[in-house]
Amino acid sequence: MTYIRSQFRHPGLPVNELGYTTKEYEGALSTLCAGCGHDSISGCIIQACFEMSVAPHRIAKLSGIGCSSKTPTYFLGNSHGFNSVHGRMPSVATGANMANRDLIYLGVSGDGDTASIGMGQFVHVIRRNLNMVYIVMNNGCYGLTKGQDSATADEGSKSKKGSVNPFQPIDLAGMALELGASFVAQSFSGDKEQLVPLIKAAIDHPGFAFINVISPCVTFNNNPGSTKAYDYVREHIEASATIDFVPAKTEITTKYADGTGTDIELHDGSHIHLEKLAAGINPYDRLAAMNALQNARNNHEILTGLLYIEPESTDLHHTIQSSDRALNSLGQEELCPGAEALAGINEGFR
Amino acid sequence: MKPTDDKNPEYFHKVVDCQYACPAHTPVPEYIRLIAEGKYTEAYMINWESNVFPGVLGRTCDRPCEPACRRGRIEEEPVAICRLKRVAADNKDDVKSLMPQLPFEGNGKRIALIGGGPASLTVARDLAPLGYEIHLYDEQEAGGGMMRSQIPSFRLPIDVLNEEVNYVLDMGIHTQFKTYVSSLKEILDKEYDAVFVGTGAPRGRDLIIPGRQEAAENIHIGVNWLASVAFEHTHKIGKKVIVLGGGNTAMDCCRTSRRLGGEQVKVVVRSPFAEMKASPWEKEDAVHEDIQILDNHVPKVFVVENGKLKGMTFEKVHAVFNDKGKRSLIPTGEPEVFIEADDVLVAIGLENTFPWIEKETGVDFGEWGMPIVDAKTFQSSNKKVFFGGDAAFGPKNVITAVAHGHQAAISIDLYCREKDLTERPSPFTNLVSQKMGIHEWIYESEVENDHRYLVPHAAKSVTLSDRKMEVELGFDVETALKEARRCLNCDVETVFYKDKCIECDACVFICPTQCITFTTNGEEEDLRTRLRAPSLNLKQDLYVSDTLPTQRVMVKDEDVCLHCGLCAERCPTSAWDMQQFLYKVTKAG
Ligand SMILES: Cc1cc2nc3c(=O)[nH]c(=O)nc-3n(C[C@H](O)[C@H](O)[C@H](O)COP(=O)(O)OP(=O)(O)OC[C@H]3O[C@@H](n4cnc5c(N)ncnc54)[C@H](O)[C@@H]3O)c2cc1C
Ligand SMILES: Cc1ncc(C[n+]2csc(CCOP(=O)(O)OP(=O)(O)O)c2C)c(N)n1
Ligand code: SF4
Ligand code: SF4
Ligand code: SF4
Ligand SMILES: [Mg+2]
Repeated sequence: MTYIRSQFRHPGLPVNELGYTTKEYEGALSTLCAGCGHDSISGCIIQACFEMSVAPHRIAKLSGIGCSSKTPTYFLGNSHGFNSVHGRMPSVATGANMANRDLIYLGVSGDGDTASIGMGQFVHVIRRNLNMVYIVMNNGCYGLTKGQDSATADEGSKSKKGSVNPFQPIDLAGMALELGASFVAQSFSGDKEQLVPLIKAAIDHPGFAFINVISPCVTFNNNPGSTKAYDYVREHIEASATIDFVPAKTEITTKYADGTGTDIELHDGSHIHLEKLAAGINPYDRLAAMNALQNARNNHEILTGLLYIEPESTDLHHTIQSSDRALNSLGQEELCPGAEALAGINEGFR
Repeated sequence: MKPTDDKNPEYFHKVVDCQYACPAHTPVPEYIRLIAEGKYTEAYMINWESNVFPGVLGRTCDRPCEPACRRGRIEEEPVAICRLKRVAADNKDDVKSLMPQLPFEGNGKRIALIGGGPASLTVARDLAPLGYEIHLYDEQEAGGGMMRSQIPSFRLPIDVLNEEVNYVLDMGIHTQFKTYVSSLKEILDKEYDAVFVGTGAPRGRDLIIPGRQEAAENIHIGVNWLASVAFEHTHKIGKKVIVLGGGNTAMDCCRTSRRLGGEQVKVVVRSPFAEMKASPWEKEDAVHEDIQILDNHVPKVFVVENGKLKGMTFEKVHAVFNDKGKRSLIPTGEPEVFIEADDVLVAIGLENTFPWIEKETGVDFGEWGMPIVDAKTFQSSNKKVFFGGDAAFGPKNVITAVAHGHQAAISIDLYCREKDLTERPSPFTNLVSQKMGIHEWIYESEVENDHRYLVPHAAKSVTLSDRKMEVELGFDVETALKEARRCLNCDVETVFYKDKCIECDACVFICPTQCITFTTNGEEEDLRTRLRAPSLNLKQDLYVSDTLPTQRVMVKDEDVCLHCGLCAERCPTSAWDMQQFLYKVTKAG
């Protein structure tokens, strides 16, 4: 019987700039159903953080409730974590970020956690452009509570028991665009080549970065007639471009010297390189992205890739002009500047 | 790459590294599991079928399986395969009733075996139950060949040897001990249906340098001297002993000397320490017994004073390698070294010699005076005469002699039944799913983290004063269980059913050692650069599926698979299954 994963790893594993292998980015053994798309997304998060050489203790994982929200236990076991209440991950993330702006905030949610109970929190965290990565593991159902249709289930999609969903779906990526999100992407759990660079770019992005990842629920929503099943998604997927994330220190000139494709320079000198950009798509143009998404939907296609980015995004701290330093690094003197300072402030109101 | 043909038993055979490396292809993981279950008798019988001398080999085998063991690529040390074999032999119940029982119905054919070492005994064991009448000739007073005359009792107690030699001889073998065969022609004239030559490599090489003749009384050829000790003709040696040579014979000579009165025993060898032929563990054991090993010393002169050996002089050298990696030993120019000695043992190699095989027998000889023998059938240029063991291709070891014996027995049987010798019987193979439940397997799939356990030794003070006292005490059953659990069960194969796979990647992410990749196909060289972990061990195969719906293929690098079964547990569709693969070399008959 094995509920235990061996401690042995491939002896030739590469190490990153910190001297770590992927092992240092792993978490506990997953208890999700075998074949759940969520596990693949966890694998991609591990891979992305390893490749970016982020120190595990510099990351905070936050989630709500659901199979998807359980996943933070299964990756980044050396990072901080907060498994919050159903649909309340954004407010916990906001509080944490306000207190310590120096960490990387990685929010993980589900379609139920975001598009139903958490919708109110979701829209506000976008509106505020909180500096975080927000990943929705979208399986079109409430996996944890045995597969009820969620608000992202497509109209006409068939459940395992044969019932047909009569309602319009909520398009989370479309909604994020509409609400002014500064980074919007869509992907598929079965496409690591695309998802890993998207996660890296999202981590690098200085603002709210949203990735809606179609992630089949093998147990309750992988049946014929479901539009979130592995087979259906594979047949209807349409990538906007192939994507590569090129970290700041890398010489882009060597790899992309031919000048093909589109290069997006990020705030820290990193680049997102898009190759084979589909017609009518322009990652800087919010309207075009909304159009492309709508068109794809009309054609029963799932448009994936980086849909929109605002490279010079200004995050919440900037907007509200909060302290440049993390609150937890402020000492007695800064927090309690004394009677004289108070008198000065009071003077200002006279 | 073409999809792997996993229906071809040779594919999974190769994955079982230890078994594949064993010349007799003993089903290692199968017997290790039995040991873990406390089924020592069954474990012994699996060994006995494959290698005839489990008790002997569990102590003395050259263990080519261990450097091949997958565990050695995952952590520091391989599983102690050899010493676990001994545990089966030490703890077994009655095994004789499980062996072929006399009387065997005769088939009217008579076979002569010349030499009574492991090669001949294996032929005897395989052919006797088929009804062959076996006549075994050996010049020694008992069977076992060099296992008796050369391997010292402190490594191999005589009782262990006798027991296993007798299991064979008790099968109605007609033995003619103390009979030196001086003419093959005479044997052929006795109208045997076939003759097997298993006479080993009986002659120790001499060292002809100045002083050799004058000091002859105190210079001994290592193998002759060991035999003389084994047969109780020699009981002591001088206080100061030089052993020349760096192989296993030298190690046995120096350690035996320590037990016969040698106090200052020095092994002097031409090559650098690291390149000595002796197994690392034998060097360790020698050093532990206060034997000094001096490397890079080339013998020059036996120094004689008043007609008596005083010692030897040596020239110091160092090894230089040319572009092709060929080594030469270049003098360092330092003054010659004199080492005192009362006795010198020369252990610088063995040679084959066949003065008793006449030209007119039709057995042709090639280079180096070696017989021309077919490497598969072991048949010589005289169709009736077969060779095996050290006599066939020069000095090797017991397990190789046994493997030759099995193959020669198959050939002799085919020959006597007038069948084509090149049509070898295919191996017996079997592949059985281990699945019992969602997280349950018939085999112990959990991978233990323990490092290799050491076999306890008897105290040096005791072993050095009694040449027959065995040094190694063997594992007790508790330690054996722990060591057995280190085995990764490489015979429980990961079998992939492409048509079931939905490409969910669950197996990719769960695999602790990143063995599995889904990618587009390519040539092997290219594919190896695109796997999830570096794929540098070219001796290990890639398991490649046919094209999947996404136009990719599944590629599994077998190199460091832990056989932990997690891929199969994770797979939602049972596209992976863990299946126990049994591979048995088919015997004669
Ligand atoms: C010192 C020493 C230590 C060794 N230690 C090990 C070890 O630890 N592990 C290991 O695996 N291997 C070891 N070996 C090697 C191993 O003993 C041999 O490879 C193996 O015994 C070969 O088996 P065989 O059947 O070919 O012949 P042998 O074992 O050599 O048997 C040949 C027999 O034929 C007899 N014979 C020869 N010519 C005639 C003739 N004309 N008429 C009648 N009889 C004849 C000989 O007396 C002998 O009994 C060691 C060898 C030496 C020299
Ligand atoms: C306040 C509250 N209401 C309802 C629930 C019951 N509940 C648990 S998980 C879940 C839905 C989760 O769906 P989703 O976020 O899509 O996650 P999935 O399991 O599909 O990954 C619900 C409704 C709850 N735990 N808490
Ligand atoms: S119920 Fe669905 S979403 Fe939850 S673990 Fe199982 S497959 Fe994944
Ligand atoms: S058995 Fe499967 S999961 Fe385990 S190491 Fe081998 S390939 Fe990986
Ligand atoms: S877990 Fe099974 S179905 Fe999923 S990719 Fe691996 S073999 Fe295919
Ligand atoms: Mg869901």
